[in-house]
Amino acid sequence: MNLTYILSLLAAAGAGALGAMGMGGGGILVIYLTLALSVPQPEAQGINLLFFLPCAGISLIINSIKKLVNWKMVLPLVLGGLPSVLLGCFAAGRINTLWLGRIFAGLLIIMGLRELFSKSKEPAPAQGEDEEEAKPSILHMLWQAFQRWRHGESQTLEDY
Amino acid sequence: MTDKSKDLLKKGAGGTAVGFINGLLGAGGGMVVVPLLKKLGLPQLNAHATAVAVIFPLSILSTVVYLLSGRFELAQAAPYLLPGAVGALGGALLLSQIPQKWLRKVFAVFMIWAGVRMFLR
Repeated sequence: MNLTYILSLLAAAGAGALGAMGMGGGGILVIYLTLALSVPQPEAQGINLLFFLPCAGISLIINSIKKLVNWKMVLPLVLGGLPSVLLGCFAAGRINTLWLGRIFAGLLIIMGLRELFSKSKEPAPAQGEDEEEAKPSILHMLWQAFQRWRHGESQTLEDY
Repeated sequence: MTDKSKDLLKKGAGGTAVGFINGLLGAGGGMVVVPLLKKLGLPQLNAHATAVAVIFPLSILSTVVYLLSGRFELAQAAPYLLPGAVGALGGALLLSQIPQKWLRKVFAVFMIWAGVRMFLR
């Protein structure tokens, strides 16, 4: 097992972990692929997009079950977004790879500065079926299930 | 203009922005859509959950376009999927044990450092 392979595993695991903590882990994989492996920017972005899909899909199913998703807001945003996705993909194909990387870099710097200077606030209670325990992620639910299993309590999907 | 049409306009404009960023950069849509949803009155947890529901179909379309235009191949992403899932589980397990505030600040500094390095390449 060579060092690059181990680092790739760690980068993917790190991206997944930070994503689960709500810190935008998607950037990590692109950073690793472009800076450490010199993967061209568009290729790294494509890999990152596919990397995001399974986690988001599972999260979406669980969030829907918990009624955390406001579907009335989703539809107009998606309808507005789909045509511009095509525009964005077209623009990404037309922009020089170096400059595409620089735009991505700009996004990272903005996100970093915003996080660095943001004040941590306690999240407001969620609007959902189970407001006291409402969490947006499947991972919180798995952790809760694990804790209950460890303490010998049985748990079924219906309990959620 | 009524409040309802103003909201619809905001959603349409927000959707356009998030779609463009998703297609252009393959990430970062949450940066636009989460604050917008909070501005439209959703609590933070609902905003994050709803943001995933918005970004998911947009990311599917972006992935399909990237694949069809030959920018990457499925096999290139495959090695990262399993460790990513394991990392996500690990992240959730550590979530309650790691001081989030400082981890966020450290990650923010890392993003700025990586951004500057990527910019100066």
